[in-house]
Amino acid sequence: MSATDFRTCPVTALKVHRPAEALVKVNAVVAVVSLLIGAIAAVLLVLTRWQAVHLLPAEWFYRILGVHGMSMLIFFIIFYEMAVLHFASTALINARIVAPKLGWAAFALMLGGATLVEVMMWTGKADVLFTSYVPLKADPLYYFGIILFAVGALLVCGIFFANLVVAKREKTYTGSLPLVVYGAVTAAIIAVITLLHGAAIYIPTFLWSLGLMEVDPQIYRMIWWALGHSSQQINVAAMVAIWYMLGALTIGAVVLNEKISRSAFVLYILFISMASAHHLLVDPGMGSAWKIVNTSYFMYMAVLASMIHGFTVPAGMELGQRLRGIGTGMFGWLRQAPWGDPGFSSLVFSVVVFGFVGGITGVTIGTEQINIIVHNTLRVPGHFHATVVSGTAMAFMGATYYLIPLVFQRKVAFWGLAKIQPYLFAGGMFIFVMAMTFAGTFGVPRRHWDISFSQAPFDVAFNPAVDVLLAFVALGGIIAATGAFIFVAIAVKSVFFGEPIGTLVPGVAVAGLPQGITNPPKHVADVDRRNEELHAPGRGFLGPAPGTMVLVFIFLAAFIVYFFVNWKVLSFVWKIG
Amino acid sequence: MHTETHTGLESPKGIWWKPAHKTERTWVAIAFGWCMVLFAMMPLWQMKGGQNPSGIRRKVEPAAFYARTQEFIKQYQIGDDRGMPIVAPPAGSDIYLTAMSFQWTPILQLEQGKEYILHLSSLDVNHGFSLYPINVNFQVVPGYDYGLRVTPTAAGDFRIICNEFCGIGHHTMVGRVIVVDSTGNVPTPSGGV
Repeated sequence: MSATDFRTCPVTALKVHRPAEALVKVNAVVAVVSLLIGAIAAVLLVLTRWQAVHLLPAEWFYRILGVHGMSMLIFFIIFYEMAVLHFASTALINARIVAPKLGWAAFALMLGGATLVEVMMWTGKADVLFTSYVPLKADPLYYFGIILFAVGALLVCGIFFANLVVAKREKTYTGSLPLVVYGAVTAAIIAVITLLHGAAIYIPTFLWSLGLMEVDPQIYRMIWWALGHSSQQINVAAMVAIWYMLGALTIGAVVLNEKISRSAFVLYILFISMASAHHLLVDPGMGSAWKIVNTSYFMYMAVLASMIHGFTVPAGMELGQRLRGIGTGMFGWLRQAPWGDPGFSSLVFSVVVFGFVGGITGVTIGTEQINIIVHNTLRVPGHFHATVVSGTAMAFMGATYYLIPLVFQRKVAFWGLAKIQPYLFAGGMFIFVMAMTFAGTFGVPRRHWDISFSQAPFDVAFNPAVDVLLAFVALGGIIAATGAFIFVAIAVKSVFFGEPIGTLVPGVAVAGLPQGITNPPKHVADVDRRNEELHAPGRGFLGPAPGTMVLVFIFLAAFIVYFFVNWKVLSFVWKIG
Repeated sequence: MHTETHTGLESPKGIWWKPAHKTERTWVAIAFGWCMVLFAMMPLWQMKGGQNPSGIRRKVEPAAFYARTQEFIKQYQIGDDRGMPIVAPPAGSDIYLTAMSFQWTPILQLEQGKEYILHLSSLDVNHGFSLYPINVNFQVVPGYDYGLRVTPTAAGDFRIICNEFCGIGHHTMVGRVIVVDSTGNVPTPSGGV
């Protein structure tokens, strides 16, 4: 390691290790390419499910559905998370990457594996959809590609932990790890658990595809979802870490209490792997006791964690604003926030849609009995597009608007478009998610080419409202995909042909740079006195964050209503036991 | 006792295990209470509610399940529709529905308000049992017999949509369940919409 391997960040004054930065860049670029493939697939899919258009033939619909799932949920998100792990374990704590060559080997494995999987899917050798439920069978090379990808990802987790250990030993930072890095550690630990489940299911399935062993279809579903759902929990942990990071960068959000926020991350690690059960609630293989304990993450302890972050993130933003004297009254801190900063608007949309839509629907439909009126209907993709797309992908996009200047040292291209991109993407996804969820309540199946059932032996007449809802699914999907294409164009232009950021004068706005970079939020001189005042006993239990307290009570009320309405609807169906 | 003023990007200095402010403690307590309500509802519905996915569950050889279905059809067949047998079993009996790519065998004719034990299984891959338009959904897994006590609460001509991807012909997989009222009639001619 030589001193020239480091550069000093002109914005944050952190020392940035160039070999680590190179790995952040390549992983982020491949993530964006995957997003492009996935978004093109998305447009084809919504235009097929819109029955009036019905674009793709059946075979290609199912094939592209598989491509969409793998490209988005696995390749886009996990490559981006690899970039986050390389970034958080080096740049955020002035540290170096301890094994850059291994980092490149891991990247090569992941890229090779991903390419193999894409080729298998596009050539029709893996028409098994994202979940590849045994005994549906794909070409052995499909499973092999996933194994290569997973091994690469596991190596990156190993490098991440090694970086942290060496940074501690080399004293690159003092005190404890920053909360954002702590969140990334959580994501990495869950990633290791998840990837081990992945090995436990894909290796036997690979051998089964070669005719070397048997795999029980029910056991497959259980272990596969210990990979499939837990990997969404990596996303949750990484997304929450990014919430704290974007809050800090955009408006100087503070951490109300380290103990509470960190304990919530620990709850994720302890309970989140149980979520495989969400997918098995109406399966024949498990009994009710198993289903209830597991689907609830042992009495909803991981839900508690999300409800905590859902409070501490906005409350930290509110307090950060109040400490600088920005905004008066209950919601002045929110009104006077930098809504033209795509990093900030992405953050807010991510928190709100993830919590209000994704969280509430997720907990409700993951209830053992309510799942009877939900399983495999469009309510399921309606839910997870609110979490993983409107939540995680939106947060990753917001973070990218800061990573482009901070890591790539470039201005954000098409700045005018960048400012509206989060509104377009979040707005489109919101229409999509709501329409899909309502269509699902009519019993419209997910993963289905033709709900007019024109080739089926018996007629099925859906409520005419379903056609309208599916048209809205297409409309919302196309708006969101447009937002995704704009994001890809911005990222590619900025990274490969972008203008260098040049010299920054604090306080002077520059087109192409978010306000958190040109005018970083700083505490005023008498911050401690202000903090003391905001916490004065006279302010009651609303304390320093009255606005957030009001918002979370609205959230809770919505949650309670939605939850019990679903029980009521369930009580109307046939008696079953 | 007040909160910090550093961001999540900065290392907290010294011991960070400190008591939280009343605002945060209040919310954590409320959230915890709500989580307990969410949890309690499931065992409560098991005891008091009418819809539970518990069932009688056992492993079964696909061929054996299919043979049992054929025997059941022979015993209670009353007719057929487009080649698919219509079976009218007596109330309270074990009834069998086999899923295979891409059909549900046989057509069941049940009586409103009577309980049956509906056995679901698959001959080949995973299928999804989705009763339309009631919107009741169960996973059908090969090698497993899912026996559910069902009581149709309304008469009608219902459909079974497959809602688990089972191959390229998945969208053609539709079955039929007829529920007659106490006079033996079916009120709506089709779909029930």
